[in-house]
Amino acid sequence: MSTMTASSDRAGFDPGAEAARATDAILHDTLYGAYRGVVVDSPPGAGKSTLVVRAALELASAGRPLMVVAQTNAQVDDLVTRLAEKAPGLPVGRLHSNDPDPYDPSLNELASVRKSAKAADLAGLDVVVSTAAKWAHVQGVEPWRHAIVDEAYQMRSDALLAVAGLFERALFVGDPGQLDPFSVVGADQWAGLSYDPSASAVSTLLAHNPELPQHRLPVSWRLPASAAPLVSDAFYPYTPFRSGTGPADRRLTFAVPSDGSGPDRVVDEAAASGWGLLELPARRTPRTDPEAVRAAALVVRRLLDRGGATTGERGPGTSPLTADRVAVGTAHRDQAAAIRAALAELGVTGVAVDTANRLQGREFDVTVVLHPLSGRPDATAFHLETGRLCVLTSRHRHACIVICRAGVPELLDEHPSTEPVQLGVTIKFPDGWEANHAVLSHLSEHRITWQP
Amino acid sequence: MSLISTLARLEAVESGRAQPLATVCHRRLSDRPLVFVPLTTAGEAGAPLGALVGTDRGSPRLLTVAQPRDRDLRFAFLAELAETLLPHLDAYADDVEPAERSETDPETGKRVKVEVELCVDAPQLIVPNRPGVDFVRLLGRSMRFRRTAEQDPDTPYPAPARVPLLGRWLTHYGERARVPGSSLLLAATDLLNRHWATGQSNLEDQHLGALLAWIDPPDGGSGRDAALRAETDRDGRGQLRCPPAGPATDPAFDNRLLAPAIDEYDRARQFLGAAEDGPGADEQLGRLTRAEREIRALLESQLRPTWDAVWRGLDLLRELPEGARVADRWTRDRWSFTGHRDRVRSGEPPQPRHDDAVTAAQKLASRETAQQQLEAQEALDDPLVLAGRRLAGEAFIGEVTEVVMAYSESKRPSPRPLVTLYSEDTPQLGERTKVYRSLDGKPQSAEFVGWEPDGGGTLVVRLTDRMGRGREPAEGSLPEKGDVIAWTLFEHDQRGGPKLPSTEETPWTHGGPPAVEGRGPGAVPLPEARTPADGTPSAPPLPLPDPVTEDDFL
Repeated sequence: MSTMTASSDRAGFDPGAEAARATDAILHDTLYGAYRGVVVDSPPGAGKSTLVVRAALELASAGRPLMVVAQTNAQVDDLVTRLAEKAPGLPVGRLHSNDPDPYDPSLNELASVRKSAKAADLAGLDVVVSTAAKWAHVQGVEPWRHAIVDEAYQMRSDALLAVAGLFERALFVGDPGQLDPFSVVGADQWAGLSYDPSASAVSTLLAHNPELPQHRLPVSWRLPASAAPLVSDAFYPYTPFRSGTGPADRRLTFAVPSDGSGPDRVVDEAAASGWGLLELPARRTPRTDPEAVRAAALVVRRLLDRGGATTGERGPGTSPLTADRVAVGTAHRDQAAAIRAALAELGVTGVAVDTANRLQGREFDVTVVLHPLSGRPDATAFHLETGRLCVLTSRHRHACIVICRAGVPELLDEHPSTEPVQLGVTIKFPDGWEANHAVLSHLSEHRITWQP
Repeated sequence: MSLISTLARLEAVESGRAQPLATVCHRRLSDRPLVFVPLTTAGEAGAPLGALVGTDRGSPRLLTVAQPRDRDLRFAFLAELAETLLPHLDAYADDVEPAERSETDPETGKRVKVEVELCVDAPQLIVPNRPGVDFVRLLGRSMRFRRTAEQDPDTPYPAPARVPLLGRWLTHYGERARVPGSSLLLAATDLLNRHWATGQSNLEDQHLGALLAWIDPPDGGSGRDAALRAETDRDGRGQLRCPPAGPATDPAFDNRLLAPAIDEYDRARQFLGAAEDGPGADEQLGRLTRAEREIRALLESQLRPTWDAVWRGLDLLRELPEGARVADRWTRDRWSFTGHRDRVRSGEPPQPRHDDAVTAAQKLASRETAQQQLEAQEALDDPLVLAGRRLAGEAFIGEVTEVVMAYSESKRPSPRPLVTLYSEDTPQLGERTKVYRSLDGKPQSAEFVGWEPDGGGTLVVRLTDRMGRGREPAEGSLPEKGDVIAWTLFEHDQRGGPKLPSTEETPWTHGGPPAVEGRGPGAVPLPEARTPADGTPSAPPLPLPDPVTEDDFL
């Protein structure tokens, strides 16, 4: 990720230098600062995991053992693997649950990683990594002097309450633009309280400790030059960021020419511009809209069939666009299941198909997105949530193709957001209504209408 | 809204009658529920206007406030309410059975079993609708901090004796109503909406009269027409024939009937105060009594239709048999009632204005557990609810066509039999997805192995537990060929959440222990911030009320 690119001439903006300056300031506050907490806001693909790994290594090498809190087992395994890659000799502990297959079996090949379901077995190791859910069950151990909390904006306040007694000070890293944590029951009675258990860990932390230093990573290394301005304007209007690469740094090409069908045309549009909107005729549909599901599957099939190849700043030469570099994102689990079934019918395997919640933190070359409002009769708060659209439109390194029924702008106009205003709750800007309009108006410039 | 409830609503629109969403009743209905139909004064938050309350549908007790802005009359109303409700609650408090509860021993810190009392039954409170539940909460909040003259002789406006106690109970019931699946305090509209789908919107379903019209239209006609009549029909005086189920009243009633009656009452009181000699006073007293009687009659005319509607709704629900797992949830309600009884008896102070950080997190965690448990239990109790989950791909019914023994690859092999099922459902099964079935009321889990390649709806799962400790599975723990089994992709039980710190150990991220919160936030450098709360814990300082301005007297 530290690869320098030719884009440093863009208006005197040197992304590498900017990112390095921000990282240095964060590490300085973490290692030598006077405060108990440091908060880092990171836009999509800004090197959050790299920062977490680097901060962990610097703390460990300064002789300060630490615990790392991540939100999912996949994130924990990923961090452990990265730590072992960067510092092969460093003793790392992987605290895991008692479930069968609690961690990625590939960790067994890492000599310096010790795995246990008991925190006491891992005492004394330089770094111990686990999920917030597992840490919450750890009792009766000497508190760590340092902790790193990863994906802190996706962590709920009550989860932080359960683990905060385990450390004295902490670095909180996360992306404020992604999905907020949620609760399956109403939590209105605590809305506006600084420690609302259903709010994000960071909002509780900052409400009680407003003086904590807050940093921001200024460069997205994942998003291409075609996506960073849109995502920054639509979802981070007050904390803009830039892409680390320039418009000419990445290319997506296909060996097989277009057959003129809708899916092929939208694939070509996305390859050329970074965005594609495949618009189906307006219609109210069930959530698992069979035509839209089929369209998404067809687009994926064509992406893989047409011999896609990517070139980028990471190295010379091209890499083939394989199934593991493509993802399909949806709002609901039943939609994801329907698309998985449609892909299986077309003989496609190995493509990640999941909801926005589960695609958080992941990265692909090309993403295909079923628009959350496609075919709906109404626009509920769930479907309008800013973070959902932000996650779906910021997972890609090269191109993003959105499948949507026509008529969503009109739907938005008919459903202005009507959520009650709660006293004491910070209003999130931009709201989902506005962000949806911003994204749609940009996508309309890359629209391919298609009658399946 | 799930696909099956959308379908039920479409069918309701088409047929003009509400359609069932359940085949059993998913909430406990007490044999002797206490029905409470409150009314509030328009424009005066928390000023009760009247109520019908009681356990006998034929003779409810009517409580009214002739002048809701008069604090003394309001207190008299609340005192009367306390005298009606509290004996009903007390009647359940001493009928107990022995039970066990695990507690943390304060000395050893170990979990130990303690013998405690558990009330055999708990009193149930039914209100017409959700705003009624909110009003119960509001009454609770407005009463529980009042002081009686006995508690504090210097208090400026002492409350009648049992009013603060009623406030604590209503607060408890209001909080309990937020726990999914609880039945201590229920709204009639929620009960009906859980069991039937109408052809109107969710918002319209909050109208008790219209809802009943869809479910059980008078003279068997169209539910849609009856609902429209319930919402809009007015009599010759411009009054709704089906008044709103409260606590808010119809503005037409307020303006044309209630306001003149209250004015007359005020005038009568004025004249009574001014009348000096005996005969004149007697006349004015008669006028005052007439005015008061008129207000009572007016309020009863608004309350009685709702009272009858609530009981009619209960009749409809009683036609459904109770779900098998409802008793299990009701036991939790009994624990909740018993727990609050014990707190009141041990002299604990009223519930605080706000939950502290730890209590809020605990409540949220237990409600989330209750919600997931409720969803699972309803599906297991009711084939119609299960059908909805099957339609959503979260459950399936399969007929066993083959059982093949297999064993795990460990040193001590345990049985891991492969069960082949034929199913016409389309569950969302992925690689090694866990599925569960109910075996003697306990969940038995299995892993999805795969679909048979013929594409004919045949799939294989591998059983993974509840087969005993031996090498051979315990008797009755395996399904047999021909069994038709409901499998769910969701768990039947929920694991409890992690242990949270005690309130005194609230961490710095959440403002530290409440006792030091009043110091205000500041930079929290090490190591001062680790100093524990000094001195004895005290209540957090209350914020001062807003200063009084001229606008307050407009």
